[in-house]
Parts: sequence; C-alpha cells; structure tokens
Amino acid sequence: MADRPVPLSDKKLMDVKLGELPTWATTGDFTPNGIISAVRRGHDRFFNKYINVKKGGIGGVAMLLTGYVILSYVWEYDHIKHDRWRKYH
Amino acid sequence: MLSRLVFIPASALKSSGSMGAGLVQASRCLHISPQNQAPVPPLPEKSGKVRHGIIPEEFFQFLYPKTGVTGPYVLGTGLLLYLLSKEIYVVNHETVAAASVGAVLIYAVKKFGPGIATFADKLNDEKAAKVQEVKDTAVNSLTQAIEAEKKEQWRVEGRQMLFDAKRNNVAMILETNYRERLHMVTNEVKKRLEYQVQLQNLHHRMEQEYMVDWVEKNVVKSITPQQEKESIAKCIADLKALAKTTQAKVSL
Repeated sequence: MADRPVPLSDKKLMDVKLGELPTWATTGDFTPNGIISAVRRGHDRFFNKYINVKKGGIGGVAMLLTGYVILSYVWEYDHIKHDRWRKYH
Repeated sequence: MLSRLVFIPASALKSSGSMGAGLVQASRCLHISPQNQAPVPPLPEKSGKVRHGIIPEEFFQFLYPKTGVTGPYVLGTGLLLYLLSKEIYVVNHETVAAASVGAVLIYAVKKFGPGIATFADKLNDEKAAKVQEVKDTAVNSLTQAIEAEKKEQWRVEGRQMLFDAKRNNVAMILETNYRERLHMVTNEVKKRLEYQVQLQNLHHRMEQEYMVDWVEKNVVKSITPQQEKESIAKCIADLKALAKTTQAKVSL
C-alpha cells in the first residue's frame, strides 16, 4: 500500500513509524496559540466522548480522578522516595 | 454520574446558545461568521466504553490482535510487579488509606450507581418532555393560525358581494334624496306662484270694489236735493198713471 506521500506533521500518532517519532514530536505547533488550541482539542475530544452524552457512566469522572492521583504521585515521588523499605533494588 | 449533571447545563447552554443566536439575529447581528442553519446533531446515547471504570476499551482493542484477550491483564500484572519490586511505587501508610478509600468508593458506586442513574435520567426526561410540550403547543397554535388565515382569505372573496349590496343601498338613498328634493322644489315654486296669483286677484277685487264704491258715491253726490224732489214727483206721477191704467185694465 503505497499512499501519496503525506508530510510528517500531518500524520496521526498511530501512523507514525517508530523511527520517525522524535522528528514527529518536533513538528508540533509550540506557539502559545498552538498549545492552547491543542489543549482545547484534547479537552473537546475527551469531553464529547465521555461526559457530553445522554447516559454517561462513572468512566469519565473516574478516569480524570485516576489521572489526578497518578500525576500527584509522580510529583510527590521525591518526597515518597524516603519511605522505601529497601535501599538497593 | 456527574456526566448526567454536567449534561444538563451543557444542553441548556447549547439550546440557549442556538436560541440566543436566533433571537439576536432579528435585531442586531453579532456573529460575523455565516450562520449554520443545520439542526444541532443529537447527543450520543452512551459514553465511550470504559473497562473496570478507569481503562478505555480502545486499549484492550489495541492490544487484542497481538496478545489476545489476556494481553492487557498480563501487561497490568507485570507492570504492577515491576513497580512494586523496584519500589517505584512505595508501600506506605498512604497505600492503606488509598485502599480503604478505594474500597468504599467502589462499594458506593456498585450499590447506588444505578439508582442515581435512573433518577438523573428521569429528571432529564421531564425536562425534555416539557420542552417538547412547548414545541408542540407552538406548532399547534401556528397551524391554527394558518387555518384562521386561510379562512380569512376565503372571507375576503365574499366581500365583493358585500360591496355590491352597499353600493345598491347608497344608490337608493341618493335616488330618494333626489326625489324628495325635487318634490320640495316643486312645492315651493307652486306656493310662490299661487301667492302671486292670489295677490293679483286681490288687487283686482280691491280695485273693482273701490271703483264701484267711488262711482256710487259720486252718483249719490250728484243727485242734488232738487233733482231728488223732481224725480220723486215724477215717480209718483208715473205710479198714478200706471195705477189708472191697471185699474182700467182690471175693470175691463
């Protein structure tokens, strides 16, 4: 399947080959407007898929809370490191 | 569950947004982009599927071709063991707290989830029914207005007959008026002419009488006393003569 050559920046993440991943990451739009619009798009995708529906479930909120828990653990890791049971793993 | 509560203001915002645009357009156009008159697509019925409450179904589908059904679970187990053994995840007092909170949360969701879901759905259905009712009454009243309008249009066609009748009435009134005035005029003229005739008759009569009186007066005046005596004597003499002749006739 030889498709027409598509510029790298237009490819979606799933279509990018593993070797092209670093270059692909740098082709993004990192201006403030670009960042805000990217955040907006991500929010809209999540919102319209899991929350803005007639019969939503626990999934939408639960995923947000889980993400918050994990993120806060990551931020606190330097503090939690001192509670480790063993020094060498 | 929160999604249902979130749905209510979002839908209200959506509906009011579209209505607001429709209302504003009448007086002052705030929107610069061309309006999209297509009806708003309905909300999706169900949210994206989520397994065990926190992992989207797409992840399982992503791994299915390569690892089958148990793939994600094996991945999860391996990941968990790795985090624990390398103590990237440290077991401390917070773990106990997280476990108890998690247990309570899961119990609460499993027990009360469906009940709250049906309650929220009932609220939403009531809202939708109310709005639908408003729309139905509006549609009904508008169709009735259309019917009334059509009836009025039919009535207008009949108005021509009304105008004809009125025109006839007016013509008749004019005719009677004209004739009344004609009568009045003739009467007045006749009265005036008769008056003139009477006046002339009066004049005639008065002149006649006056003249007769005047002639009599003059005649009486002209008879002098002497002439009177003479005429009386003559009359007596005539009468005597007549008497003699008649006497003679009778005796004969």
